[in-house]
Amino acid sequence: MSVLERVRALLGADAVELAGGPDAVPRVAPASPDAVALLLGTARQEGWRVRLEGAGTWLPADAPADLALTTRRLDRVPAIEPQDLSATAEAGIGCDLLRQQLADRGTWLALDPPGLAGRTLGSVVATATAGPLRQGFGAVRDHVLGVTFVTGDGRLVQSGGRVVKNVAGYDLTKLEAGGFGAFGVIVLVHLRLRALPRADQTFVLEGTREDLTQVAEDITAAGLQPAALELMSPALARREGWALAVRLAGSAALVAAEEAGLRGASGGRFTALRADEAHGFWMRAAESFATRPIAFRTGGLPDSSDELLDLLQHQVGDEWVSASPGVGAIRWAGDTTVDRLRRLRRTLAGLEVPLTLERAPWSIRSAVGHFGAYREGVGPLVAGLRRTFDPGEAFVVAVEGSE
Amino acid sequence: MITAALVEALTGIVGAQHVRTAPAERVTYARDGLPTHRRVPAVVVLPGSREEVIAVVRLLAAHRVAVVPRGAGTGLSGGALADGSAVLLVLTRLNRILGIDPKNRLALVEPGVVNARLSVAAAPHGLYYAPDPSSQTACTLGGNVAENAGGPHCLKYGVTAQHVLALEVVLGDGRVVELGSPGGEPWGPDLVGLFVGSEGNFGIATRIAVRLLPLPRAVRTLLADFMSLRTAGEAVSAVIASGIVPAALEMMDQSCVRAVEDSVYAAGYPRDAAAVLLVELDGGSDAAVTADAETIESVLREHGARSTRTAADARERERLWQGRKKAFGAMGRLSRDLVVQDAVVPRSTLPDVLETIARIAATYQLTVSNVFHAGDGNLHPNISFDGRVPGLKARVDAASTEIMEACIAVGGTITGEHGVGLDKLRYMPLIFDAESLTAMRAVRRVWDPEEQVNPGKVVPVHACREWSGATGRPLRAEAWARPDTALKGSAPPSPPLRVGIP
Repeated sequence: MSVLERVRALLGADAVELAGGPDAVPRVAPASPDAVALLLGTARQEGWRVRLEGAGTWLPADAPADLALTTRRLDRVPAIEPQDLSATAEAGIGCDLLRQQLADRGTWLALDPPGLAGRTLGSVVATATAGPLRQGFGAVRDHVLGVTFVTGDGRLVQSGGRVVKNVAGYDLTKLEAGGFGAFGVIVLVHLRLRALPRADQTFVLEGTREDLTQVAEDITAAGLQPAALELMSPALARREGWALAVRLAGSAALVAAEEAGLRGASGGRFTALRADEAHGFWMRAAESFATRPIAFRTGGLPDSSDELLDLLQHQVGDEWVSASPGVGAIRWAGDTTVDRLRRLRRTLAGLEVPLTLERAPWSIRSAVGHFGAYREGVGPLVAGLRRTFDPGEAFVVAVEGSE
Repeated sequence: MITAALVEALTGIVGAQHVRTAPAERVTYARDGLPTHRRVPAVVVLPGSREEVIAVVRLLAAHRVAVVPRGAGTGLSGGALADGSAVLLVLTRLNRILGIDPKNRLALVEPGVVNARLSVAAAPHGLYYAPDPSSQTACTLGGNVAENAGGPHCLKYGVTAQHVLALEVVLGDGRVVELGSPGGEPWGPDLVGLFVGSEGNFGIATRIAVRLLPLPRAVRTLLADFMSLRTAGEAVSAVIASGIVPAALEMMDQSCVRAVEDSVYAAGYPRDAAAVLLVELDGGSDAAVTADAETIESVLREHGARSTRTAADARERERLWQGRKKAFGAMGRLSRDLVVQDAVVPRSTLPDVLETIARIAATYQLTVSNVFHAGDGNLHPNISFDGRVPGLKARVDAASTEIMEACIAVGGTITGEHGVGLDKLRYMPLIFDAESLTAMRAVRRVWDPEEQVNPGKVVPVHACREWSGATGRPLRAEAWARPDTALKGSAPPSPPLRVGIP
């Protein structure tokens, strides 16, 4: 019996979304967490290799596999609790749909991940791809209260919960957030929400990178706490020069005070965007990262951002780049080679700066790996965790690369 | 087995004055901050450096003797207790602040640094360390990491996990690994996030890089009092729904208020109130904080506050907070023994849950005082009792279980900041199925294959399901000797943990 026939017998014909894609890999869309568990349990028995997909808009659907498992039918939102500022959503819900449902209830998930609007929640969590709002509201993991995931041999495991504070048991949620699916398929996510900000204002200043870097430092030194403080390359900002974008969000009083502080720190040079302009500005920048073949992030110290931008410019170019100088995070997109990526990662490692490959064609990510080499002694830990959660090596995930 | 030769070898590492073997010495380490659990360690060792920690752990691993790390012993779950077959490794001598980097707002510390001391050291730079457990003048940062400690101001600023950037960890076999990076981006999966809150089961943190925050330029502290617990609980939801995130939102019920007011920590709380809320707002702008405080004050009055008052100055603010932070100590006046509970419920259920707790207390004829992080829904129902009264402890245990079950029934959890330790082991199967507990145990075995670091804590082994095949297979010690295939890449060997601090 072929993989396709076996899956149809197991989950029903309607679970097979595509009998064979361009690479002849059947795409299977289980409709429930239990169906995911059943499928992966069978994959373990049969020795199938499984590639994980969300909406297919972030990681290219090109990893060699016996079947593709997509979470896109896991798109329910079982709970939104405005009074508790929490929600529970299945992993396959598109971020745009989720955002709308949350806004209808007066709540907000303070995450603005790179990628297209319909990118799935599970993809954002599994790749830990935070956007500019990381400056004010933290990394992806800070918004995730708990997850339910399915291991490579079909076991449903729950971690965390739906309350905003929880130290019961080991925090496996942290392993899943940013694990790129190597430790399980996330099927359900409990989220920490915020009240929809009463005021939300974006300001942009154009200039040279050097000038804007100084302005960003002045803003930080002035004690301002913007929701986002992002230094963007001209192409990304769709401006003539580099752009420093500042987003203020919160109560009307807070935003008014921060705006006054911003004007003071910058000599009143910023231009305020209308709400629709601001929405388009941030959305276009986020989408740009999904339209280049490769994207990666680096995590340095805040005071190293300028030096790291120089390094990127020198080694891989800086046409599509965005930096959060307040937290030291940089995201890069574009096209480059395996050798250049490896060399860049080596250079960054010498500076104590990790490089995480976020998206790339399989030929690149299988060679370079999302994480590359680990620090001394960490490799056995990661290998042990992978054996624990994927004993049959069912998941096709380019974790370390092949160097 | 702990032999005289082993004790001699331990003495050779740390010096005779730092090895405690006399019963009178060991018994002082038999409890932590929770008086209901008691274990007397076989030996107490107090290393003075990371090198001594490594040497001690390696020695104990070679002799297959369990080791239990401990900080100041202020934990509230029995998590830092060692029995007669284990060595208690007390880390309070590793108490150096290795550096503060004001520009990048981070600090590198040893695990024995007392929480509040770091904020004092950072203050000249206009910075502070945000997580502030009530025991912050005594508890250590290593303990905070192990427990993923919280505190009143974690409502706005997050718990310990959100402030730890990188760690140096000594594993159970004595190997040293470095996790995370000072910029916060992990080298691979988020092993720092996994380690924080693992209650000492994954290893011993010997160096900790933490994020510091700028000291708020403006602070307002409000006290509101209510004539019913339910009204106070409803006001909490209203504050959260207002869209303004207070730095802290704490509640104390009448029993707790009276205990505080009868003590040296008297803060001027109204003794006749059914409950008081302590609300703090902070930020970078005085105008914004003042405006937000006025909004919150209106919300509190609209939702049933009998009166509200704003601390006029720093001294009054300190007095209001002292009452809250010393409430546990004040409750010691109520009775000889105290069971400190820790559960979290969805915030909207607080009014119902508080009434349920009152009913349980009445049923079992017990005094229950509530002092807790209302903004997080993190309850601390504390049961005062005299353990010498026959049968009373059994009633306390039964009431505790009912309270936990009530919290779980509304979607809550069994601990928000104290950890599982020994105390909550029995509740773990109430919130996790066997599969999930087994997954946790399997993860623990990856870090500590022999399960010799703080054994018997967090995961109730009897409730785990056996995972067949490779899943959950212990990674035996010999695996460490194999060439690490994941190390073929480009990263250089790890230097000592560096965080940009000269």
